[in-house]
Amino acid sequence: MEHTLIFKDYNEALQQNRLLGLKCRSCNAITVPPKMVCRQCTGSELDVIELKGSGKIRTFTTVNVASEGLEDEVPYTIVMVELDEGPWLMGNLEGIDSQDTSMELIGKKVKMGNKLFSGDKYSAGEGARPLFRLAD
Amino acid sequence: MKKVAVVGVAQTNFSGPQEKTGVELFAEAGMEAIDASNITPKDIRALFVGNALSDFEEGQGMIQSYAAENMGCLYVPANRYEGACASASMAVRDAFMWVASGFYDIVLAGGVERAATMGTGLATRTFAMFSDARYEYPSGITFPAVFAMLTHLYADTYKIPLQKLREQMAQVTIQSYRHGSINPKGQFYGKNADMSVEKVLGSFVVSTPLTLHDCCPFSDGAAAVVLASEEAAKKLTDQPVFITGIGQASCGTLSNQSDYLPRIRAREISSQQAYDMAGLKPQDIDLCELHDCFSIASLIATESLGFFDYGKSGEAWEKGEADIGGKIAINPSGGLKSKGHPIGATGAGQVYEVVNQLREEVEVERQVPDARTGMTDTLGGDGGTLVNMILERGW
Repeated sequence: MEHTLIFKDYNEALQQNRLLGLKCRSCNAITVPPKMVCRQCTGSELDVIELKGSGKIRTFTTVNVASEGLEDEVPYTIVMVELDEGPWLMGNLEGIDSQDTSMELIGKKVKMGNKLFSGDKYSAGEGARPLFRLAD
Repeated sequence: MKKVAVVGVAQTNFSGPQEKTGVELFAEAGMEAIDASNITPKDIRALFVGNALSDFEEGQGMIQSYAAENMGCLYVPANRYEGACASASMAVRDAFMWVASGFYDIVLAGGVERAATMGTGLATRTFAMFSDARYEYPSGITFPAVFAMLTHLYADTYKIPLQKLREQMAQVTIQSYRHGSINPKGQFYGKNADMSVEKVLGSFVVSTPLTLHDCCPFSDGAAAVVLASEEAAKKLTDQPVFITGIGQASCGTLSNQSDYLPRIRAREISSQQAYDMAGLKPQDIDLCELHDCFSIASLIATESLGFFDYGKSGEAWEKGEADIGGKIAINPSGGLKSKGHPIGATGAGQVYEVVNQLREEVEVERQVPDARTGMTDTLGGDGGTLVNMILERGW
């Protein structure tokens, strides 16, 4: 069975700040990032949709110890965002002081862009990551 | 299905970088377990070896075959299990299946890892390979970061002020260090017994809000167990420990677990399988060696395992209910945070501890009184693999 949407196409869209997801014809749930089947009902009849790329922060952390190859990025902030359409998405948060983050971030509205992870010797190439900024 | 007993168990020291190779470490644990079972390597029908990252640690793939040959288990099937930090528990569970089916009568299971040897940078990178490589690693996710985000989410979900939660988490660390400080095979043996809340909260921040003392160390080490059918076990020991319940479950990308987080749904499914199979409930368990890779992980785990109510486990630690003599003795070995966490060996190390507890063969200060039923809980990745086992005295 063919995937309706694969990483390559999702990633190329993300690099243009377009967030693609899948909408299930059976239960209407949204799946993002893409998978072969609906993450809720495992239905395989899916349509590609474009999500708004906005949502609110559900949790966060500022990382001070990074993996080999990402040391130059510390400190950096990772967030899990509940998108307006429902699913959660992991990405980075910029436009804030990463050394001064607090629980007040939770619930804050954010808007998505993207930032390229240029890849390392293990990653089979580059990959875009969602990059969030606080809305307004 | 046949009853399956643990006959003999062994563990190397869990520690920082060791000079021995992964093959040597596993063979030492394996041979000691074989000796403890009153058998010889020729009695072993198959090997089940947990190992996550030997390829990166030493450039050694297929470590299980070399380990089998090294210890004289010649030409027998040898399988490697990779389930991140749950690798060895997967290996023991599959070994259980093969004996329960009647296909083999005696097998060796366990695991080995040299994570400390890799150093922090490569270890952090390779551990992050157990997160979603394409959709979540590009954000710079690390394992401390996963549990750091779960900490903030836990505080928000259960409306516990973050400072209060951090103090409760420090109690997890203090208890782990106290038990581990008297475990001679533990990484922090003889250390950290005088840890205070202030010291935990004031140590270096790895990933907000987790400090160094909220995190387990990187570790080298191996552990192994001999499993046998009830019939074979009777001839080898008068203290067989039966594996009476097992469970395993998997799930995917962390963000796709959002319907349940900070609960780990795979753990709830896995542990329920184990309880149902054993015909037991959480209140029947005397001790549990659980996956405390971070202090918050203990709080999350005890709730999904049914020992404490959701959002209440921090209070349980404050009251001593998770300690020896409390409602349920959690990690009398010191757990991952103090005994150490050589990831591919960790689950076998948990079985090692539970068996020794049921046989009343651990240091008296950390012996759970009259322990008859023990449980293990091992988590791989960010909830991607969960394995639970229940073990009971067979005498």
